[in-house]
Formats: sequence, structure tokens, C-alpha cells
Amino acid sequence: MKDIVEIRWHGRGGQGAKTASLLLADAAFNTGKYVQGFPEYGPERMGAPITAYNRISTERSTVHSNIYYPDFVVVVDETLLSSVDVTAGLKPEGAIVINSGKAPEQLRPLLKGYTGRVCTIDAGRISEEELGKNFPNTPMLAAIVKVSRVVDPEAFVKDMEASFRHKFASKPQVIEGNMRARKRSMEEVQVG
Amino acid sequence: MGIRERLSGNEAVAYAMKQINPDVMGAFPITPSTEIPQYFGAYVDNGEVDTEFVTVESEHSSMSVCIGAQAAGCRAVSATSSCGLSYMTEMLYVAASDRLPITLAVSCRALSGPININNDHSDAMSVRDTGWLMLFAETNQEAYDNYLQAMRIGEAVDLPIMICQDGFITSHAIENIELVETDKVKAFVGEYKPRHYLLNKDEPIAVGAYATPTYYIESKRLQAQAMMDAKDVIRKVGAEFGEMTGRRYELIEKYMMDDAETAVVIIGSSAGTAKAAVNELRESGKKVGLIKIRAFRPFPAEDIADALKNVKAFAAMDKSDSFNAHCGPLYAETCAALYANGVCAPKGINYIYGLGGRDVRVESIKTVFSELDKIAETGETGDTYRYLDVRE
Amino acid sequence: MTHLAKDMTPDVKWRDITPGCNIFEGGTSASVQTGDWRVLKPVIDWDKCRQCLLCAPVCPDMSIPVGKDGKRGEFDYFYCKGCGVCANVCPFDAITMVKDEK
Repeated sequence: MKDIVEIRWHGRGGQGAKTASLLLADAAFNTGKYVQGFPEYGPERMGAPITAYNRISTERSTVHSNIYYPDFVVVVDETLLSSVDVTAGLKPEGAIVINSGKAPEQLRPLLKGYTGRVCTIDAGRISEEELGKNFPNTPMLAAIVKVSRVVDPEAFVKDMEASFRHKFASKPQVIEGNMRARKRSMEEVQVG
Repeated sequence: MGIRERLSGNEAVAYAMKQINPDVMGAFPITPSTEIPQYFGAYVDNGEVDTEFVTVESEHSSMSVCIGAQAAGCRAVSATSSCGLSYMTEMLYVAASDRLPITLAVSCRALSGPININNDHSDAMSVRDTGWLMLFAETNQEAYDNYLQAMRIGEAVDLPIMICQDGFITSHAIENIELVETDKVKAFVGEYKPRHYLLNKDEPIAVGAYATPTYYIESKRLQAQAMMDAKDVIRKVGAEFGEMTGRRYELIEKYMMDDAETAVVIIGSSAGTAKAAVNELRESGKKVGLIKIRAFRPFPAEDIADALKNVKAFAAMDKSDSFNAHCGPLYAETCAALYANGVCAPKGINYIYGLGGRDVRVESIKTVFSELDKIAETGETGDTYRYLDVRE
Repeated sequence: MTHLAKDMTPDVKWRDITPGCNIFEGGTSASVQTGDWRVLKPVIDWDKCRQCLLCAPVCPDMSIPVGKDGKRGEFDYFYCKGCGVCANVCPFDAITMVKDEK
């Protein structure tokens, strides 16, 4: 991993993009990194486009601005591609990870000439099948870990399992479903 | 050796409150400080603290609760932001003049209007003359550390203290933080032993007296002395905190100032962003530096004058405007500090920046330094009252 | 230097004044001589007074003492500001306001 990795999340209010960014910060923190996880706040409501950010580094980053030149972008809702400039400033050696059932080649034309890796994961379907509900942020989190390797994927899986076992001790079905969703997401993410 | 954690700035302050276990909290919610009483309320409900949490109908009342409780002999705390702080203003003066060391956490946010929930310092700066001590934090760590030092400082000089951090930028951002073990916190903060208090049955007292012109100004002069005395107290407590944690605090932080030819004077989270700009410019050989104001009240006039005396040009960065057709409060006080200390050589300009959450980037600060370069070279300041990153 | 009310004279220096002008003892109004504010003073004609006690409760200060025997006594001129309310309420014209010769 580079000394600092910067990630930008795009989602809609209520989809858990902010929570996912905080979970990623948690996971990176647990592997000894310095982390920042923060949302860009406004008068957002359910469904309005929102942005969240992560800085993950080996030394403390003192910068407190938003991220304009991210290494990675995560798009939690595919419908944002038409209204938000999701690849703005995205480094070509990085990648964009989009929640979509489509293949990367189908989405690349929507990305304003972005030349880096385009990755897709059908997080909505995985979530529906494994959790019975559309909670795309857990599979998206797994996919960005797999693509960015900002956290060692194996350490990530172990860490998340431990934290879920702690949090949902009385609901084992939630833990199993989430772990299956995470595993599938890492296997099914398409890199184009 | 501390507890490695990651917390948002609001969580960090609520956790510090929990470790201290104050006697009374009076609070009313307002974005972005709402989480502080929210988290702390959970600690109260869970029995993790034995604080009396008084829910009220307004910030005027939350501060009134604190005044009553602190006068009674309790440690009282509150938290607020923006218009909530404005609504407290009348009672802030009362708290200070009654010499009640209340602790108020402020997650700074722009004042209306236009209505805006994001960060700037217009709320805190608008109450800068209420007689409260004011410490500002760059990071979550500093918000936490300042909170742990607050009561020691306030209670030593009998003045209330505001612990300010930047709304959302640190209040809602998760960052690494090193917590102090609770037993060490309790030993460091100590028990509150007020000299005079209403619940002392052996000494009946009256708080909030009327003062005629024969007495009022003497009373204010005494209050002014407490603020002057606070400088040494803040240094002493900061040094003692440093011995415990390795994180030492002064009134200001000087960053790369030893040989600096140009410098920015700045408050809060943007100081961190500015440090990154200083690092980048230093790598390209520019002699740039930064002064971060930790204590705005008392104002560290001597420290600033000493730190700036050898620079050719500086910019005082104000995250609020005084709307005086001239400059913001930090510039005004910085220039007064230089003049009062006989430092006249540095050329100074003022930038109003970051209002209402306008993002402050490394590039923003580099722009400021490139302007300072020109001033250092020509000796001409041009317009001293400037807005940064505003669309022309 | 104590912080008692008796020390908070008009000569008190700023270092010696109580913080916030707070007062660290009780009942301090007893020592405040409001009697020297007086221009007119009430004088009672004991022959007319029927001890109806309408005057005592209307006194805004504590200038009409009532004894354990339930009877009012002489005016306490240390406090009496000469407001004249007592003279006004007296149904028997027993109280007259006269020019105060101090």
C-alpha cells in the first residue's frame, strides 16, 4: 500500500455510504493505520446524492479538506452516474467500483473517458439474496477492500466477522448472511 | 501509555465528559454539537455517570442551568453551536462576571443567514468578548485533550471556558485518537473545590449582585486580571498534561517558524491543512511557517508578536468576518499584538476564508503563501482585507 | 482584607472587591442606612393612633416595628426613606409628613 490512500464515496442519503466509509476507517484502524472517515454534510434527505471520504495512511495526515484527487471512488448507487461527476479527479492508476449488475465495459462509456480500472459488483442482488434486504454497503465495502487492498482482505474478513459477532451476538443469522455477502462480493467483483 | 482509539470529535468530547463525570449538564440540541449531549445522555441513562442531565427548552436556559448549578457548587457542563451559542450570549456574560468556571463544548458552525449548518468561526468569534476562556482544537485529539485540561484552567482563575472545535470537519470525522486512562483523567482533573458556593450552609452568599458605577468597573478590572492570570495557568496545565501524555500544549503552536520569512496565523482544523501546505512549500525550498492559535481568550499577544517579529510578511486567517469594512477579529488582534509589543517590520494581510463550510484546501493555503511571497519581495501589501477562494 | 459587605465601601480597590460583586454573608441590607435619603419624615400623633396596624405592612422598608404585644412602635428613622405611604393609608390622620431637619 502507498503511504496514503484517498477514497471518495458517492451514494444517496439512507443507503449507508457514510456508514460504509466509517466501517472502512474502522477496518483500516484495526490493522494499525491512521484513518480519517468523514461525510460531506448538507441539508441532505433520503435519496439526495451524498459524498463521504476516507484517508488511510501510515503516518497521520493533517489535511482536513475534502478529497479532490482520490485514488479510488465507490459508487453505491448506479443511478448517480448520470447526475454526478463521479470520476472527477480520480487517478488513472486507481479504480472506480460501482454497484451494478452490468459489466464494466457497459459502464465505461458513462465515465467521461476515465482510463483506469472500472469495477462492478451487483451489491444490491447479493444483499437481497444473502440478507433478504437491499443493504448494499456491506458488499460494497468488501469490494473496495478487494480492489484497493487498502486493508489486507483476509485481515478485513476476520476483523469484520469478530466485530459482527460482538455486535449481533443474539442474531446469528445476521452474522452468517453478512459474512456470505462479503465473501461473494470479493469473489464476484468484476474488474474491467 | 494511552488507549489507541478512533472517534469523531463529538464522541471524543462526550467521552472526556464521561471520564470526568461532571455533576450537572444543561443542554439543548443543535447541529453539529447535538451528538455531544446525545452520547452523554446515553452514559447518563446507562448509569455510567451520575450526572444530573437537565433538559431545557432553549440555550438561554441551558446556560442558566449551568450558572445555577455551578454557583451551587457543582461542576456544570453544556454543549452548543451557532445560533444556540448566540442565544446563550446574555447568560455567557453573567457566567463570566459571576466567576463561575462552567465548561462549554462548542462545535463551531456558521451563524445565519443565509441559513447554513457548516463550519466557520462566526459563532465563537461573536462571543469572544463575553469573558470566557476559549481554546480551539485542530484535531479530535486536541478537542479531547483541551477538554481534559478545561476544568483545571477555568477553576484556577474562576472563569468559564469554551472548548471549541470545527463543526463536521472534526466533530463528525473519525480520526485516530489516544485516550487517557480514566483513573489518570480523574487524578489529573481532580475534585472541584469551590472557594464559595451557594450550598455551603456555613457561608450564606448572594450571587449576581447589582453593581452601581461605584463598584462595576472595579469588578470588571478584577475579572480582566483573571483573564491575564489565565495565560500562565494554561501554560502550566498544558505542561503538566504533556508530562502525563507526551502531548504538551502552549497558548500557540509554532510550526516551522524558526527561520520562516512568511507565515500564516490560523485557528482550528485548517491549521492541519495549512501544515501540509507548509511541508510542500518547504520541500521546494520556501521558508514558510505557521502559527496556530490554541488560546484565543486569553489572546496570546506576546507569544504571537515574538513568533512573528522576524517574518517579512504574514497573513492572519479569519474564519469569520467582523463586517467593519476592514478586517476579521484575528487580524485585528494580531496587529494590535504586534503594535503593542513594538514589532512593526512585518507586513500583514487578512484573509477571510472558509465561511459557511467553504472547503479549505492545501492549494488554498499555497495561494496565500504565494501572495505573501510577492509582499515580502515588494514590501507592498496591496489590499489588506481579502476573501480567499471566493468566485470572482 | 475580608470579603464582607462592610469592607465593600466606595473606597474599595479593584484587587479587594469581591469577584462578580458577589456577597459572602447574609442579611446585609440591615446595615444599609436608607434613612438619609429622606426629605420628609413621618411623625405619629399617639393620641390619634388606634393601633389598627394598617401602616406597618405597607412600609416598603422595615421602619414600622411591631412589638410582641401586637402594637406598633416609634418609626425607625435609620431605614425610613420618607415615602409617605404610611401617612396616606392611616384612616385616623395620625401620621403627618413634616420637613426633615437632620
